Amino acid sequence: MNLSNLSNLSVGLSTYLLVGAMLFSLGLYGVFSKRNIIAVLMSIELMLNAVNINFVAFNRFIWNQKVDVHYILNGHVAALFVIVVAAAEVAVGLALVITIYRNRQTTNVDEFNWLKW
Amino acid sequence: MVGTVVFFIFAIMAIAAAWGVVTSKNIVHSALYLVLSFLGIAVLYVLMNADYLAAVQLLIYTGAVAIMIVFAVMLTLRGDVSESNLSNHNWGWGALVATAVFVMIALVTLGNTDWRVLATPWTSGGSAADLSLLLLTQYMVPFEAAAVLLTVALVGAVILAKGVKVSNESK
Amino acid sequence: MFKEMHDLFRWAWLIPALPFLSFLLIAFVTKRSKGLSSTISILAILTSLGLAIAIAIGLIQSGAELVEHPAIVAVNWLNIGGLKIDFGTVVDPLSTMMLFVVTLVASMVQIYSLGYMHGDKGWSRYYAYQSLFAASMLGMVLATNLLQLFIFWELVGLCSYLLIGFWYFKVSAREAAKKAFMTTRVGDFGLLLGILFLYTKFGTLDFVALATILNTNFQDVALIGTASYVTVMAFLVFMGPVGKSGQFPLHVWLPDAMEGPTPVSALIHAATMVVAGVYLVARMYFLFDHADPIALQFVACIGAFTAIFAASIAIAQDDIKRILAYSTLSQLGYMMFALGVHSYSGSMFHLMTHAFFKALMFLGAGSVIYAMHHKQDIWEMGGLWKTMPITGTTFFIGILAISGVPPFAGFFSKDEILATALHNGHPIIYGVGLFTAFLTAFYMSRLFFVTFCGPAKPENHTKESPWSMTIPLIILAFFSVVGGWVALPEHNFAFFVHYGEYEPEMIDWALAGISVLAGLLGIGLAYVIYLKKAISAEKIVATFPGVYKVLQNKYYIDEIYLWIIKYIMGGIAQVLYFFDIYIVDGIINGIGFFTRSSGKVLRKSSTGQLQTYAMVFFLAVVIIFMVFAFGENQLTSLNPLATLGGVK
Repeated sequence: MNLSNLSNLSVGLSTYLLVGAMLFSLGLYGVFSKRNIIAVLMSIELMLNAVNINFVAFNRFIWNQKVDVHYILNGHVAALFVIVVAAAEVAVGLALVITIYRNRQTTNVDEFNWLKW
Repeated sequence: MVGTVVFFIFAIMAIAAAWGVVTSKNIVHSALYLVLSFLGIAVLYVLMNADYLAAVQLLIYTGAVAIMIVFAVMLTLRGDVSESNLSNHNWGWGALVATAVFVMIALVTLGNTDWRVLATPWTSGGSAADLSLLLLTQYMVPFEAAAVLLTVALVGAVILAKGVKVSNESK
Repeated sequence: MFKEMHDLFRWAWLIPALPFLSFLLIAFVTKRSKGLSSTISILAILTSLGLAIAIAIGLIQSGAELVEHPAIVAVNWLNIGGLKIDFGTVVDPLSTMMLFVVTLVASMVQIYSLGYMHGDKGWSRYYAYQSLFAASMLGMVLATNLLQLFIFWELVGLCSYLLIGFWYFKVSAREAAKKAFMTTRVGDFGLLLGILFLYTKFGTLDFVALATILNTNFQDVALIGTASYVTVMAFLVFMGPVGKSGQFPLHVWLPDAMEGPTPVSALIHAATMVVAGVYLVARMYFLFDHADPIALQFVACIGAFTAIFAASIAIAQDDIKRILAYSTLSQLGYMMFALGVHSYSGSMFHLMTHAFFKALMFLGAGSVIYAMHHKQDIWEMGGLWKTMPITGTTFFIGILAISGVPPFAGFFSKDEILATALHNGHPIIYGVGLFTAFLTAFYMSRLFFVTFCGPAKPENHTKESPWSMTIPLIILAFFSVVGGWVALPEHNFAFFVHYGEYEPEMIDWALAGISVLAGLLGIGLAYVIYLKKAISAEKIVATFPGVYKVLQNKYYIDEIYLWIIKYIMGGIAQVLYFFDIYIVDGIINGIGFFTRSSGKVLRKSSTGQLQTYAMVFFLAVVIIFMVFAFGENQLTSLNPLATLGGVK
């Protein structure tokens, strides 16, 4: 992108992809480094949203066509399913967290080390 | 022009909110930042002419998922709320790896000349009608499967959250 | 080529087969029935004897045919990757002579055992072993190749072990059996090496084939290698006879082998098994002939040394069987040095005559021991001739035979050896042989005079042994008398049994006279000391106490061997033990320790914390990406990302 034409800036596919990448990386950082399990789940949601942005962006920029009766909306469909699964996953995940909290009185990931040697 | 400005405002808002989610020490703040991020993303969807999807995003993510998270926070809060979302001892490595991943993706994205495209005029698909046509014809099976998945998740979450009843005889 | 083989020779394989069948029958079928066991065994060996005599007559009738062309019947047994081994029988004068000797002595011994072993609890086992031994020895004699011979050689050694340790409840018998087996094993190791060496060099183990190769191709150095190859082979092969035939330094087992029953000693350790070594050297004579002369010189020196060494020990022994054992060692030395000085016929002739009179004397000694209720010290005996005339007479015939007094058997054979030794240019060996003849006559006569003559001790209630024991004595005495006369006719022993070209030798009467004189001197000296008591034996012992002690303790050879085993071999074993414990085990334990400790370190990676796992996962993704993108040295441009992004 040419900086001199900043006023004529049009947003292309790459920009959206970069936004998605940043959200993904931030979510990844959250997964790695937060102690609270609910924070980890939130970070996972961030990652899923980043993926959704990618899907929709590709659909908008590259697959902008109509074939017979259908519009090519595969990206939207994928994003929709991701949302569905994410919702289900959050539900079950939080239920699990509550169960664990009931048993161990903690949400600290460091203490979930029953797979330790 | 307007589109570009709006894009930048809300894209930066989404990213900044995401940054807040992962760096805030207060878990309630994190949850609220998450809501903000979802909002930003919804606007981005609108900008990409994905109306229906934006609506779904708001309804489900901000309207259900975020609320659930807040409830879970409420149920599991312990100790001082302003210290409830700390980083663990490995946060340096995490940052490193996350940055590396970002760099990797960015390299791929920017290096690909095919993707340096601008928006072509919209074919005006993307409404609920168009999407549902696809869902009920081409993607029929995944649609049904998703329905089953949701049912299972619902039941499972209820059972897990309710807990197992201890029978009286075993006392 | 002797095309139409006399049909009789085809049946030679029956001779070892019948005793083997008898062994199987006794071992598996008739073990309980004592009478049946001995009957089967004796029938088998007598049949073999009959067959052997028939073959001998056939041989004599065929004249010189079989000397040049032995009758060989063989079937292919092994054919593995180039190794072709046959199993068969060879009938030539040498094997015929051995067949006759072995079957005769074996049958005499088995008949004798009817009386001697009467009442023994292991009767069937004894006859089973006797049959097995006969089968093995006969099989060895008829062997057509070295491998077959070696198999039977080992079998014979096994039978020796079984029979020496027959009274296994006696510790001394068990120890003696082990000692015999282990000592001969040392020799057998050398023999096996020699066999392997022969096979790798010549590709065959058949006697006829080997002889042909060595005789015809001896100029072909490329084929034979230098003479040093053959010499090494000869030395290695000679190790077997050193062990089996009791040559110095592996002679130590034979005196201890007297722990076995006396008939066993007569059969195995006097007449048959111990001559297996001499037989082997005779069979492989072509090997020794084509080797460097040092090989045969070595054989001669060992033989001569053994002869005088054993004879010197014998003059100081008091156990009747020990004296006979050392006498056997001495005579084996004779046979061996005879081969060493190229007196092939003399050696084989002496083998035959020695079998007769040594077996005779052993059986006679057994008769004495039986009458003395198993006491064996000659100083406790005396004047037995009066009460045991048959035993005494036959024993006296044996004494005369071994002393080389004509016309008994020993004279002809011993004289032939000594004459050949001197004529072939070995004066020292001749001198040693002559002196040993004197010593032999001396100690054997000493034995006779002390045991059979002089005043009888009243506490010994002796009587003559039963007919089962005296008839073999008489038969063997007969052969001791006439056995030497086969040297006299025109087609004499040497005509049939010789190596290389036959040169009829006339008896050198001058040398014969000297050896007879030596024998008579020996007898005379013993007479003077032990019968007439003119010179006191005690005074001689008192004059040379040290010498007497050394002789009586067999030059302390056994003690030296034990010392070597205990300290030198034990020391080496200790070193190797430490090597095993610390180094070998250390390596194994070290591997285990290393595995465990690396496991201890590696398990730390299983933290149980999912965040760590996730981090590692994505780190791996990044690394793989970098490998893909930058792997082919395309660092300058971003084109390698095409692999991931699809850039053209």
